[in-house]
Amino acid sequence: MAKFEISRRKFLTGASLGASGIMLSGCDAFDSQLSIGSGLRSFLENANGLTYRAQRLLAGRDALAPEFTEADIRQPQRPNGVTAPDDDVYKGLLANNFADWRLEVSGLVEKPLSLSREQLQNMPSRTQITRHDCVEGWSCIAKWTGTPLSLVLDQAVVKPQARYVMFHCLDTIDRSLSGDIKYYGTIDLIDARHPQTILAYGLNGKPLPVENGAPLRVRVERQLGYKMPKYLYKIELVDGFATVGGGRGGYWEDNGYDWYGGI
Amino acid sequence: MESVARSQSAAGPGASASNEKTLIYRQSRWTRLTHWLWAISLFFMLLSGLQIFNARPQLYIGKQSGFDYNNTIFAIGAENTNTGPRGYTEIFGKRFDTTGVLGWSGPTGQETSRAFPSWATIPSYYDLGTARVVHFFFAWILSTTLIVWLVASTVNGHLRRDLAPRFDDLKRLPQDIIDHAKLKFHHTREYNTLQKMAYGGVLFVLLPLMIITGLAMSPSMNSVLPFLNDLLGGRQTARTIHFTVMVLLVAFFVVHILMILAAGPINELRSIITGWYRTDPPAQDDKPVERSA
Repeated sequence: MAKFEISRRKFLTGASLGASGIMLSGCDAFDSQLSIGSGLRSFLENANGLTYRAQRLLAGRDALAPEFTEADIRQPQRPNGVTAPDDDVYKGLLANNFADWRLEVSGLVEKPLSLSREQLQNMPSRTQITRHDCVEGWSCIAKWTGTPLSLVLDQAVVKPQARYVMFHCLDTIDRSLSGDIKYYGTIDLIDARHPQTILAYGLNGKPLPVENGAPLRVRVERQLGYKMPKYLYKIELVDGFATVGGGRGGYWEDNGYDWYGGI
Repeated sequence: MESVARSQSAAGPGASASNEKTLIYRQSRWTRLTHWLWAISLFFMLLSGLQIFNARPQLYIGKQSGFDYNNTIFAIGAENTNTGPRGYTEIFGKRFDTTGVLGWSGPTGQETSRAFPSWATIPSYYDLGTARVVHFFFAWILSTTLIVWLVASTVNGHLRRDLAPRFDDLKRLPQDIIDHAKLKFHHTREYNTLQKMAYGGVLFVLLPLMIITGLAMSPSMNSVLPFLNDLLGGRQTARTIHFTVMVLLVAFFVVHILMILAAGPINELRSIITGWYRTDPPAQDDKPVERSA
């Protein structure tokens, strides 16, 4: 009746051969071609530029990240990365409750600024309940209060050749032969001027705690957590990544993460 | 090409007497090209995806991840026991010992705590940033291929002719299930009912759902399509669906390979590489010319 029959033994042999093929597939075959700077990896990295352009095209300048309600705040904001900077400068500022802390705005601006906490807090503020998405995969909803970055940029008057905002931080994230590496990162001027991009000093109705980046951290709501540096002390307008760390636009970027963190 | 198949088929009138089989052109170049682009991109997306999962080997239900409350439905981890570290996998609160594969794995004496083992991830060592580079590159390939396939298959009639379900398929389903269970395969030009269901399910349900849940995890896409996560039940639910669809795709792949091995790997492979497929000799009570047309 059946024109095509296969013996049970033949079938099981074939099946187990197929299964062992799958087992061998992963391993370390691609490791060497995927290190930073290798040709294949650089080629694959182009996808991030494509994603960046596609999402900018779709989202435009001002599309807002979803905002949530008080009922969605179900837990404290989960801290990540450095949660207690061990740097002497930071600890000195903290001991004095940041009275001596200043936010510098420099680089490609007409009027460099040096703002105290009070000056920042006296500017118009924005409060938003948003979801923080970590690159690792988790999410946490919290209420953030801060000064829109666009107001600070307007006050400093950004020069036309400026393309990125670079954030300088007080916390040591890594150590290298040439000394401590303090956290740094960049965003483009579209995200810098986005209505929800704020320099946050308040979290869930209270002053920003140390573990979440006191006295000031940035919120970039259309990107992942690693694009929102904590423990800010300087904002520098730059025209490229040549002067930014290893040249890829941020600390995590220099360690292999994509510069655009909108996905 | 189809006329060739038809004429060859018609040229064998002595069906009852011979073992003669017919070579027909079954898969168009679009079907073959997209098939292999999917195979390659799904391979890389799976292995880089498991690496990405390793960065947070828990799945949650809802808008966010519960740290002060529990909405975890799946977790892979490692724990210390009296007999040394053990790997575990927890599904809906039920814990299974998965030492050696999930949670705790590696060469003897060099085991480490990692959700999916080194042989199942790209890169083999822990590297979330690189895994994301690989994952998103192939995400573009996979999605583009799906669109190209959809357009080509609409234009060349593959959709209507081979995949669209017919009333006949429903009638054939019980016999089809029995035949598959007995590993008895009919080699015809058209797909059988279970094949239509499997291929249709992957192409019209699983892959689109994979892309949608992937986009739902992107904070920037959330500003473009804010309703997407509401529809899916929150970003963390979207992530859980993304993972579940991965499991279903792997299950499809395993069955797909088993069926190819059972149905005759040379013939099946030839048809997806060259397009040409050898069909069964027509049975006496069949009308071969019409069936293969």
